[in-house]
Amino acid sequence: MLEYIIRRVLYVIPIGLGVTVLVFALVHMSPGDPLSAVVPPDAPEEMVQDLRKAYGFDKPLPIQYVTWLGRVVTGDLGVSVARGREVVDELRIAVPNTFILAAGGTLLGFTLGAIFGGIAGYFQGRWIDKLATAIAITGVSVPHYWLGLVLVIIFSVEMNVLPSIGMGPGGSTAWAWDAEHMRHLVLPVVTLAVIPMGLITRTVRATVAEILNQEFVQALHAKGLFQRQVLMHVVRNAAPTTLAVMGLQLGYLLGGSILVETVFQWPGTGSLLNSAIFERDLPLLQGTILVLAMFFVLLNLLVDILQSAIDPRMSRQ
Amino acid sequence: MTTARTLDSKQQAIVDAAQVAVQSRGYWATVAGRIRDDKVTIVCGLVVLLIVFSAVFADLIALADPYKASMLKRLAEIGAPGYPLGADEMGRDMMTRLLYGGRLSLFMGISPIVIALAIGGTLGLVAGFLGGRVNMLIMRLMDVFYAFPSVLLAVAISGALGAGIGNAIVSLTLVFIPPITRVTESVTTQVRSLDYVEAARASGAGSLTIIRVHVLSNVLGPVFIYATSLISVSIILASGLSFLGLGTEPPEPEWGLMLNTLRQSIYVNPWVAALPGVMIFFTSLSFNLLSDGLRGAMDVRL
Repeated sequence: MLEYIIRRVLYVIPIGLGVTVLVFALVHMSPGDPLSAVVPPDAPEEMVQDLRKAYGFDKPLPIQYVTWLGRVVTGDLGVSVARGREVVDELRIAVPNTFILAAGGTLLGFTLGAIFGGIAGYFQGRWIDKLATAIAITGVSVPHYWLGLVLVIIFSVEMNVLPSIGMGPGGSTAWAWDAEHMRHLVLPVVTLAVIPMGLITRTVRATVAEILNQEFVQALHAKGLFQRQVLMHVVRNAAPTTLAVMGLQLGYLLGGSILVETVFQWPGTGSLLNSAIFERDLPLLQGTILVLAMFFVLLNLLVDILQSAIDPRMSRQ
Repeated sequence: MTTARTLDSKQQAIVDAAQVAVQSRGYWATVAGRIRDDKVTIVCGLVVLLIVFSAVFADLIALADPYKASMLKRLAEIGAPGYPLGADEMGRDMMTRLLYGGRLSLFMGISPIVIALAIGGTLGLVAGFLGGRVNMLIMRLMDVFYAFPSVLLAVAISGALGAGIGNAIVSLTLVFIPPITRVTESVTTQVRSLDYVEAARASGAGSLTIIRVHVLSNVLGPVFIYATSLISVSIILASGLSFLGLGTEPPEPEWGLMLNTLRQSIYVNPWVAALPGVMIFFTSLSFNLLSDGLRGAMDVRL
């Protein structure tokens, strides 16, 4: 197992490098001069050339990539063109905000999904199973940005009980554990939880149903164990798969909360991406995507290692 | 020994079912019979057809001009005279725009899957059939794309390329190539190691002949069904890009973009503003149920 963990950790290196190449390429794929966001169109040609040299845009791409990578490794993601602040500083504010949203969404989605999926798998084929399956498929089919809008219409516009935008009173951008911030968290978290809820319901249902059909469960019954004790065995066997799906979902929500953050104007990485795109702020765009992708890569690693710790069969594939 | 992430449960089901497919003769007849008995799948198939049909023939069904604005009718209520589903923020007939909107939304959702099926299918076939270094190269490249959550990858690529329908389709295609490649590779690897492919090779058939006659026929079905299961996500993502202002540009009718522009009006006429999302939801739900039904029918082990 140790060998598996080492191999899995080493595998992060080529993937991480691949990610940096892709993120670098992304920005150079974008049309137009990368300087156009900083330089006014009527700037003298000399000044443009000087700036180009200062930013290193006059060098060949591979060299630019290596220089950029060298800076990234030391934690320097450059300066945001539109905001004039370090990209790292912007991310330091935004990442925790997105994390709160994503963690809340994953937790809620996981709890509901585990309950629905467990019940559905246990009562396979009964009406309650059909109901849970219907909830699951609705969860994965609903466009969550629209669901967010509908929740705002119901709870903010019609009933006026929950705030529709922002993270806290007065455009707060720093999370605090108080009632006002919690109230702001409700609608975005419910919106984000819907997709993981659907996926986890499906996974848990399939896993539980499969385990219950295995011979060892019959053997446990035959041995005279109580229903509750048998259930413990089922949970233990269903845990690795469920855990893997949950870990990946957290990663998807971290990177995919942009739509929901846009609906609720949540001051996280999604809002950062959104403004970076529309202000053509390339360093900010590059930095945010890179950090989110790296989180996802590390989360994948963590899930794989945890999974192999719970279920030794995984590492022997 | 594999360090790459293994297939998810949906992908695994497809790969497992493919194994049954090559082993039994009357397989597709059984599948067709199962679909005939499955009312939900048939109804969903009909709903999908209806949605596609109403989008394609929007100019015959619609009562009004989707671009014709009217100051007086701005944000008319649902059921206002002449405006059965109300009017948008420019006073354009909602029902007409929802019908026309299906054209772009469906096109932007389905065409990335078709292109990704062609590219990813070829890559997976080559990787699975040749194995060794080529397989390694292709599959590791796909792993890099897998390092991005799909929404992030789509937003990143279309954000870098800029708004526009073409750019949105390019970015979504890149999102769906890796999963399709992975499934195709798994199915192909499985089929390649079967006895009858070995027998064909022993009797002197060339690689191309083996691929064309023996491998392709067994790989296409499962991969195609897997691809249909991605359409629902693709439609949600495509409209999502437009919702962010990245896909379609105004005044084009498209569900995601309509949702975006009507968002400002939720305090004036909330339920008209929510309508485009209802269309995205129903379309995605029907595609999901349809592909679930197809997948279930294919899995004879059940």
